[in-house]
Amino acid sequence: MKLKKATEKIMNTVFLVCGFTAVAAVGLITIYMIISGLPAIREIGLIDFLFGTEWASTAAEPKFGILPFILTSVWGTVGAIIIGVPIGLMTAVFLSKVAKPRVAAMVRPAVDLLSGIPSVVYGLIGMMVLVPAIMDWFNLSNGTCLFAAILVLAIMILPSIISVSETALQAVPPEYEEASLALGATKIETIFKVSIPAAKSGIVAGVVLGIGRAIGEAMAVMMVAGNVANMPGLFKSVTFLTTAVAKEMSYAGGLQRQALFSIALVLFCFIMVINGLLNHFLKKGGAEDGK
Amino acid sequence: MENEKRSLKRRIYDYVLKGLVYFCAFLTVALLAALLGYILIRGIPHITWDLLSKEPSIRNDTIGILPNILNTLYIIIFTLLIALPLGVGAAVYLTEYASNRRFVSMVEFATETLAGIPSIIYGLVGMLFFAQMLGFKTSLLSGGCTLVIMILPTIIRTTQESLKTVPQSYREGALALGATKWYMIRTIILPSSVGGIVTGCILAIGRIVGESAALLFTAGVGTVIASNVIRAFGSSGGTLSVALYMYVSERGEFDVGFAIAAILLILVLGINALAKLAARKLKNKN
Repeated sequence: MKLKKATEKIMNTVFLVCGFTAVAAVGLITIYMIISGLPAIREIGLIDFLFGTEWASTAAEPKFGILPFILTSVWGTVGAIIIGVPIGLMTAVFLSKVAKPRVAAMVRPAVDLLSGIPSVVYGLIGMMVLVPAIMDWFNLSNGTCLFAAILVLAIMILPSIISVSETALQAVPPEYEEASLALGATKIETIFKVSIPAAKSGIVAGVVLGIGRAIGEAMAVMMVAGNVANMPGLFKSVTFLTTAVAKEMSYAGGLQRQALFSIALVLFCFIMVINGLLNHFLKKGGAEDGK
Repeated sequence: MENEKRSLKRRIYDYVLKGLVYFCAFLTVALLAALLGYILIRGIPHITWDLLSKEPSIRNDTIGILPNILNTLYIIIFTLLIALPLGVGAAVYLTEYASNRRFVSMVEFATETLAGIPSIIYGLVGMLFFAQMLGFKTSLLSGGCTLVIMILPTIIRTTQESLKTVPQSYREGALALGATKWYMIRTIILPSSVGGIVTGCILAIGRIVGESAALLFTAGVGTVIASNVIRAFGSSGGTLSVALYMYVSERGEFDVGFAIAAILLILVLGINALAKLAARKLKNKN
């Protein structure tokens, strides 16, 4: 009897510790990001670091301004969203409202597969197909540019947008749609004027999830964006926040290395804000379903 | 007249939007088909026995990806061995034990946060903490530990979902018969949610196979076969995805890149099929 009680106590603690690891991991990551990211910011100066327009980390007189990276990440993400969201949302509408169940059951695995493809494979395709194609279409001397990265990111965020929006659209109470149909609206009108507005929060959550994916992607972008620290331009070779870190980390030392950690800290702040927004919209979506 | 005009407008609106919906769905599927087709057609002819069974050799100027295949396997096994008990344990605590709402929502928030952190940040923290602070160096061990944290959310979430589907009456029945809580979990709860746990594992394997940014600075890019498993974990070793990046970006070996990409895609296809199968099994049982 005593033994049983002891086992109970031990198992309770074991499970508690397991539950605590996730919290500990988040704490660890946050602390390491802040501790390793702050020294360089202090040395360079927050304003010079965030708003400096020149990054020359290996020059004789090194300059550490990351505005080009920040703007590139922002524009790259915006571009991917502009292309990816309409396609994703329409596909979600197709899956949840328009397609026959048999057809939807064939399209859905395709979406799952898209999300399972490793980012280096997207990078490889981008490098071998997109980059030469862009070079041809626009008569450029070099096809590695922001535009290529935007196209790759747009494809990569499709699955997130599709699956979250589809779930949201399916959760729209059928009475809403029936009421609209009974009033004489066509099926398409009902979808676009009733279902989509009703599923708004969930769809926004999907978009925010896509933003998080796009801003955090490193490898695929590194293979197609050219990695030069230019201010962003659609057909310029550019560096994202993620690729700035990934590209120079292997050989950097001293202040340059610390500055890379500071870049990661900036990226981390972006991601935390996006995570917060995502939670907000997911909760809101859930509350609406509950009505 | 006025009425007719409006109905024409409505009909055009209908047709245009319907066309757009079909077009976008078609585009998504066509994109995937083109991607798969292109990679497989360019990759499969370059998958040779020599490529699969040898180490790269500078002297003979040949490339072999056997070390990368082994590293991938090692890292999958290691990561699951640690992350599986941790993740399942966490999920069990959340659904069966935790009485403190605050603690539950804190863990759930942490899990969601972990799921949203990009892999490059995992790579950096893994490098700082496991490789440098704990002295694991750039090794499979550091890489594996980093991936444990990364796939934890996947396993916790899928396990939690399937624990929630175990009927409450099972729990009450077991407890009424005098079972202790741990005995109930061991003999009733875990066996009836094994399908969900398996699905979580399969999803996690998919993520590990495809991961590259988190491994570049933790597990490194080594391409030597270690003499034994312990050695392997102590030394730098690149997985297949990392090798793909290195061969393509650093060495311009595009044929090898496509071959590895084809292997990765075949793995992903297999993993997806397995996950579907596991999910279906689970459904049938309930």
